[in-house]
This record gives sequence, C-alpha cells and structure tokens, in this order.
Amino acid sequence: MTTTLLPKTDDVWTWLAEVPDPEIPVVSVTELGIIRDVRYEGDRLVVAVTPTYSGCPATAVIDLMIEEKLREKGIENLRLERRLSPPWTTDWVTQEAREKLTSFGIAPPVDGTASEGMRSRAARMSGARGPDVACPRCGSTDTERVSQYGSTPCKAAWRCRACLEPFDYFKCI
Amino acid sequence: MSGEKTAVTEMRADPFVNDEAIRRVFFEWLCRMGDNALILGHRTSEWCGHGPVLEEDIALANTALDLIGHTQMWLGLAGEVEGKGRDADDLAYLRDAMKFHNLLLVELPKGDMAVTIMREFLFDAYHHLLLSWLAEHSKSPRVAEIAAKALKEVSYHIDRASDIVVRLGDGTEESHRRMQDALDLLWPYTGEMFIGDDVDATLTGAGIAPDLGGLQGKWEQNVRSILDEATLKAPEPGGFAHLGGKQGRHTEHLGFILAEMQFLQRAYPGASW
Repeated sequence: MTTTLLPKTDDVWTWLAEVPDPEIPVVSVTELGIIRDVRYEGDRLVVAVTPTYSGCPATAVIDLMIEEKLREKGIENLRLERRLSPPWTTDWVTQEAREKLTSFGIAPPVDGTASEGMRSRAARMSGARGPDVACPRCGSTDTERVSQYGSTPCKAAWRCRACLEPFDYFKCI
Repeated sequence: MSGEKTAVTEMRADPFVNDEAIRRVFFEWLCRMGDNALILGHRTSEWCGHGPVLEEDIALANTALDLIGHTQMWLGLAGEVEGKGRDADDLAYLRDAMKFHNLLLVELPKGDMAVTIMREFLFDAYHHLLLSWLAEHSKSPRVAEIAAKALKEVSYHIDRASDIVVRLGDGTEESHRRMQDALDLLWPYTGEMFIGDDVDATLTGAGIAPDLGGLQGKWEQNVRSILDEATLKAPEPGGFAHLGGKQGRHTEHLGFILAEMQFLQRAYPGASW
C-alpha cells in the first residue's frame, strides 16, 4: 500500500492563481473572486466555483482550465462544485486585479453602484450621480456611459469626454 | 488513482428537491420559470446581428444570454426534482410544444423594436418583482439562490428597458405611435402573469412561490409610472386576458420557435460539440 501525500490547500490556491480569466487574461480566477472554497472530502479535492454572470460562456471554459491546471499539478481525485450563493459580486474583485484591469484598458468596478432596477432609474431621474468612472487611458473622470452593456456580460460601454476614447467599464453587480 | 471524470454539481441541501408530495407540481413550476426565460431569451436573440444600432444589438444579445443562463439554472433544477435523469438540455430540446408552459406573452414574434422593447419591459417589471420575492422569501433554498443570482442581472434589464420605453414613447411621432401600438397589442397578454392555477396555489401553500395575484398591484403601479413618463396611454385595468400558455395551450408561434431551436437535437440526437 502506498500513501499519497495530498497537496496543501494553500498550494492549491497558489496554483489556481495561475489560471487566467479566458476573456480578460490579465486577471486570474482567484483575483476575480470566483473561487469560493478549496477543501478535501476524504482524499478528494473539491474546488467550489461561482459563476460571474449566469449565461457567461466563459464559465465552462473556466471549469476546464481549472481542471487542466490541477491535473497538471498532479491532482487526480478532483471534483468541481458550482456554488450559486452567495451570488458573485464585483466587490470580490481584488485590489491587484483592479489595477491590472486599468492598465489593460478596462475601468474597474466602482463598488456599491450595481443596478437595483427601477429604483436606480428613479434615483437617476431625480438627479443622483452615477458612478465616477475614471478613463483607464487618461485618468479623467469626465466620462459618460454609452450603454450599460458591452463586449462581454460583465462590461458596459463608456467614453471619455477628455481624451475622446471609448473604453470598457467592468460594471458592478 | 481515480480516473473519474470531474463532476460539476450543486451541493446545497433543499428538502423540497426530494419531496414526493409536491414533486410533480414543483417540476411543473420550475419548467414554467425555465420556459419563460428560454423562450424570451430565444426571441430576444433573434435580434443578434440585426439590431438598429450596435449598442442595442449588443444589449439585446447580452439580455438574451442572461435569460439562457437563467434557463439552465431553472431547467437544471427541474430535471433534478423530476428525478428521471433529464437535464436542462433534454428539457429544452426534447419537449414538444404542449409540454412548454411559458406565458403566451414571451412567445409572440419579436415584431419591430417597439414590440421587442415593450414586451421586455412588461415582462421585466413582473420578473423583477417575482425574483425579488423568491430571493427574499422562498422556503426552497435552491429556488431562492437561483432567484438571487438572476435578480442581479434582471435589475439591469428592467433599468435599461424602462429608459428605452420612455425614450421611444416620448420620442418622435413615429416612435410614439409604434410604442403605443406595441402596448395595445401586448397588454392583453399581461393578465396571464398574475392568474394562478392549482400549480401556483400548491407552491404558494408550500411557501416556495408568492401569490401571483398579490404582485399585480405593485406591477401596475411600476409599469404605469414609466408609461406615464413615456406619454403612453396604459389600457384600463382588468381587461381581457389571453390565457393558456402555462397549461400548454399556445399560440401558433411557439411551434416555429421550437422547430428552429430544437432542429439540431431532433435531426442528430445526442449531437455535441
């Protein structure tokens, strides 16, 4: 009989930090905050992952990339668990990731500005200011929203009135 | 070593998922939730590549994508509750029209942009209220967590749809006329959202879902406030309501959607890529 020494969960977290988001490869899945738990059930490693947007096509690719990374590190007994609650929020995106997003040309989320539906609209109509989103290129906050939807589910289309460049904003959810 | 394939599974305990007493009606109710999202998602996706401007095209495609995501969660849970080994894809691709139990509102043709936006607005206003209740009050933890997830996305849907209803309603003479025509066309299909049947009554009794009639007042209030702002004339309350979708009695339009959506799995059973 042989005894296999199981990798420490801390090591697993370090390996997962090497798995990039397939659509925004400058940030990792751990920086996005979508890895919710790493634990052992007996000698089986369980990694709990939460989806960003429920229809995001990257979700299946992310699962595959996590599995590939852990297989490559020698993990044989593995289960990925989809965890829906608490639902993912952009508040979980780490500070490092926000800086990487900015240098990649994507304005990071301004926390606390997720839409609450008609209530948010009513607030807007009565003059409440939207998020102060800084242009990732020139840093100006003289920016405006073009559309609350963008090139991927997690982004909105914005433009900078100072340097006139359009840019993506990683919207709050 | 274990050569076992990695499984992606849900682990949250929910007594209702294996409750023989309500299995059939719970499955039915989950299919209704999933079918509304699936059929509206499919209808909305028909604009992909055809939107009047790029931003609208992208917004509609993103909305459709969210709805397809909700479908996977609702129909996935429906399959689990049914316990016959069917997954979300089996339910989406291999049921016939009479087994689809979506609201008639969501299967109507996409029409022009006015019909598409007005339909989305009327449905979103209901969807947002329903999901809010489910996320906060449902005694089924699985239902509550799906609703909480979907609610975040639907908040953006209703936010955007309300904006555009106002912009088009209080827009040009033509956009106003088209929006009023869309409202007059769709309004008789909204009553079905609030008229419950035995399935709804059982789920309400179990504390899983709200009393649908109880949502109507708030819905009307929300919808009328936006329609007023949009200078559109809302029909009087309590008029005629088209019914039957929730029980599988559909308009002629659903079959055509399914023919397109299900073709591949029907022609090449089990095909995957």
